[in-house]
Amino acid sequence: MSEPVVDAALAREHGLSNEEYDRACSALGRTPSFTELGVFSVMWSEHCSYKSSRVHLSRLPTKGKRVIQGPGENAGVVDIGDGWTAVFKMESHNHPSYIEPFQGAATGVGGILRDVFTMGARPVALMNSLRFGAPDHPKTRGLMTGVVAGIAGYGNAIGVPTVAGDVQFDSAYNGNILVNAFALGVARKDKLFFGRAAGVGNAILYVGARTGRDGIHGATMASAEFDEESEAKRPTVQVGDPFMEKLLLEACLEIFNADVLEGVQDMGAAGLTSSTVEMAGRAGTGVELDLDLVPRRAKKLLPYEILLSESQERMVMVARPGMEDRVLEICKKWDLDACVIGRVTDTGRWVVKATPGYDPLGGEPQPSEDQKKVFVDIPVPVLTDDAPKYERPCVEDPRKQERFAFDAGSLPFDAKSDLLAILSSPNVGSRAWVYRQYDHIVRVGTAVRPGAADAAVIRVFCDDSMNGTTPMPREKWLAVKSDCNGRFCELDPKTGAQMAVAEVCRNLACVGAEAIGLTDCLNFGSAQRPEIMAQFRDAIDGMRDACVALDVPIVSGNVSLYNETEGPDGPQAILPTPMLGAVGLIEKPNDVVTMGFKRSGDVVALLGPVGEGALGGSEFVWTKTGKIQGKPPTIDLAMEARLQKLLVSLARRGLLSSAHDCAEGGIGVALAECAIATNMGAAVSIPNGTSSAAALFGEDPTRVIVSFLPQQEELVRRAASEAAVPLLVLGKTGGDALDIEGGPSWTVFELATAHAKALQPVVG
Amino acid sequence: MKAVVVQFPGSNADWDAMRALRDVVNIPTEFVFHKSATLPAGTDLVVLPGGFAHGDYLRCGAIARFSPIMADVRRHAEKGGFLLGICNGFQVLTEAGLLPGALTRNAHLRFECRDVRVRVESEGAFTAGLLGDELRIPIAHAEGRYQADEATIAALEKDRRVAFRYVGDNPNGSRNDIAGVYGGPKRNVLGLMPHPERACEPALGSADGKKILAAITRATLAR
Repeated sequence: MSEPVVDAALAREHGLSNEEYDRACSALGRTPSFTELGVFSVMWSEHCSYKSSRVHLSRLPTKGKRVIQGPGENAGVVDIGDGWTAVFKMESHNHPSYIEPFQGAATGVGGILRDVFTMGARPVALMNSLRFGAPDHPKTRGLMTGVVAGIAGYGNAIGVPTVAGDVQFDSAYNGNILVNAFALGVARKDKLFFGRAAGVGNAILYVGARTGRDGIHGATMASAEFDEESEAKRPTVQVGDPFMEKLLLEACLEIFNADVLEGVQDMGAAGLTSSTVEMAGRAGTGVELDLDLVPRRAKKLLPYEILLSESQERMVMVARPGMEDRVLEICKKWDLDACVIGRVTDTGRWVVKATPGYDPLGGEPQPSEDQKKVFVDIPVPVLTDDAPKYERPCVEDPRKQERFAFDAGSLPFDAKSDLLAILSSPNVGSRAWVYRQYDHIVRVGTAVRPGAADAAVIRVFCDDSMNGTTPMPREKWLAVKSDCNGRFCELDPKTGAQMAVAEVCRNLACVGAEAIGLTDCLNFGSAQRPEIMAQFRDAIDGMRDACVALDVPIVSGNVSLYNETEGPDGPQAILPTPMLGAVGLIEKPNDVVTMGFKRSGDVVALLGPVGEGALGGSEFVWTKTGKIQGKPPTIDLAMEARLQKLLVSLARRGLLSSAHDCAEGGIGVALAECAIATNMGAAVSIPNGTSSAAALFGEDPTRVIVSFLPQQEELVRRAASEAAVPLLVLGKTGGDALDIEGGPSWTVFELATAHAKALQPVVG
Repeated sequence: MKAVVVQFPGSNADWDAMRALRDVVNIPTEFVFHKSATLPAGTDLVVLPGGFAHGDYLRCGAIARFSPIMADVRRHAEKGGFLLGICNGFQVLTEAGLLPGALTRNAHLRFECRDVRVRVESEGAFTAGLLGDELRIPIAHAEGRYQADEATIAALEKDRRVAFRYVGDNPNGSRNDIAGVYGGPKRNVLGLMPHPERACEPALGSADGKKILAAITRATLAR
């Protein structure tokens, strides 16, 4: 079979620009082979190379006293004390999930889990941040049910609890949904593994599922906008098998424990290619692969297909000298395919050999060495550090000021009915329909379940054996949460990103956890458009500001650009959505605070400045107008840092009965949620009264509703005053209604009923 | 007393069972891999844990009954040894014919994870002294709808072999609200869909499940 002729036109079909094609030719000093062109197209794709984002990403703070591994590895690693670490990362699976929701979301979960256990960690928690189109858009229901079922199908089967997440709807996501998956694992500090192909002569092993044709060019697909033909890209979506991954997980942990590996990496985007290239790049070595040896499930695979396949549940391992047999033995126990497919070399080149036309599934004898031909021979740095890197033009969207001009004060307002309407908004109300489909309690660690607090709290077992055989293992308590209000980022990317970082960390502080690390998933439109790159640039600056102010590093992450679809009125991009996943450390289990009011007679108070009642970009405005408009709130990051420290300190001193931050729907919704969570009312006054929507539904950040025993009031007041954080007593808990002084009253039942039906318009 | 937790490929609540038995109820417990031909000598209690044994491909539990360890598990049960199948373990027991009936797709067709209330409906090795008690225990399954033909259901009810019944609401559409079933020559085999091992510590929201695991300790000591 003859291969297509490689030229600039074919390169363009592979997503490479003319300049990039020329760059590839000059790096090689010749025209690339067809197989090499495929390799360039995936390795230089936005998804693998971060070519448009790298110049900006370098501004993010990634270091800190707890950071053991920052961005650049399979996942970030943060010290949690006593010789143990938290390993976590968040990653997008947006494009595949739109095309095939169930498998796209499922393999997103599978991929992020592999990123975490590749580091030597036992996965202990999953989260998912989801964004869908308008609740009444004809595709939203099918996409949402498919995505949630896909996440459940994978996470439940592999047995890692899905403990938190967030779901938002906006018409900006009609043609580009977001599925961002987060995984957290724990590993012993002295038993971390890295993706390095070190040790010249060491065996490179292929472990796990056989290679098929699924997912070929997935990375390239994820690096382009959608058009009418995107649905024809279904064959580029991978198919997941959680059972295979469970075997792979257990086998890997057993192999790690046996201390026989030099390096390991999962085959994710761009499969065997990116995994082995990156491993050689990090170690400064070369790699030689023999594709004749690769296990396969599809007949007559070409080298091009083997290298670009994104078949799931596969790992690459580099064994210590002479240790490959031990790896193979453990894989046999778990009924996994495993074999040596190559060696580490000192050439600094990525060399791939295969016998033309040979198909091991065809029953032919193994070809001899002299029948093999070199299909790829590329210097490793050409595909890694020396890949294209662009400083794309940035121009701020001129429409920003127009949107700011909207005056929310002109909107009709009725406190009684508007609170119920906002509580039953798909963006605000109960997510039980979603999280009940996830096994959120497997591994007996979930101390605070979804819906009970601002963040989930899990107890993790620091089990030296990693497989449950250590009696009475040491316990650690971690909090996790993901969040991003894309509306504020749309109106003002920099402030919006500051507030996104602040909110996700505040969520941790509300459960009594100190934020110790963040992971991000930066979802934006097309990098080819200057206004999108301006959003990206500003969002990075905002994240940096907040990370510095709150002293929390970003240790891993992922960039997803080209989340836009060509529409009749030009390109429709998503809201800029720099999603954040946060991990917090809880000192002792008694510190944990949840959102619900606990006992009658507690004092209810607002911690943090009352604010101006900013309604720009609020849920109130969205509920009334269906639009994102108005001047958004701003944030005082120094105040935010003081508030969060105060919350953690109050929690550790055992002074708080409950804590819940004010987010979408402002103080009104926050109070209602505290009441709904434990079915207990309160009688409170609202600062600035209930005569305007601003006081009740304004979304100024840096505000938390807390409750505490009356006899602790003096201590709480003193702590707040010492921390220079305003404290305003609002009233007392008790009864079966939420009573607003001088305003309306709702029974908790009435509030809960509204809250419970929020997703009904979407999923029935 | 000695307990074992069988690890099938795809078991995922094996650790949950280990934690509850070994670290909370203080029963010496070990894992046994499904490829073993025999249970360790002196095994009093065998637990088939939750999860997706062999991927639950074909039907839940359908392949697991052919795992090598199952022959000895059957012998253990027939001799009157204690055998507990939780969630996927319950599904395996019905597929293996060690308990009657079948567990089919939930009536609402979704996986469901939440706390439920169950009432102890009959006494046996796992419920001695608990008759009539209401327990709050979580479920986490997509295929937990207990079904059997009329005659089997009638026989279960008549022989008082319905061990647990859902109270308040039935989360999966099970016949007669059945949440757990007794079998074996001496009511020594129990299968149930809710997860008592996930409700053994107050930090997890309920410790009601501990009563079931504590009952089996008492039953073993009484022998």
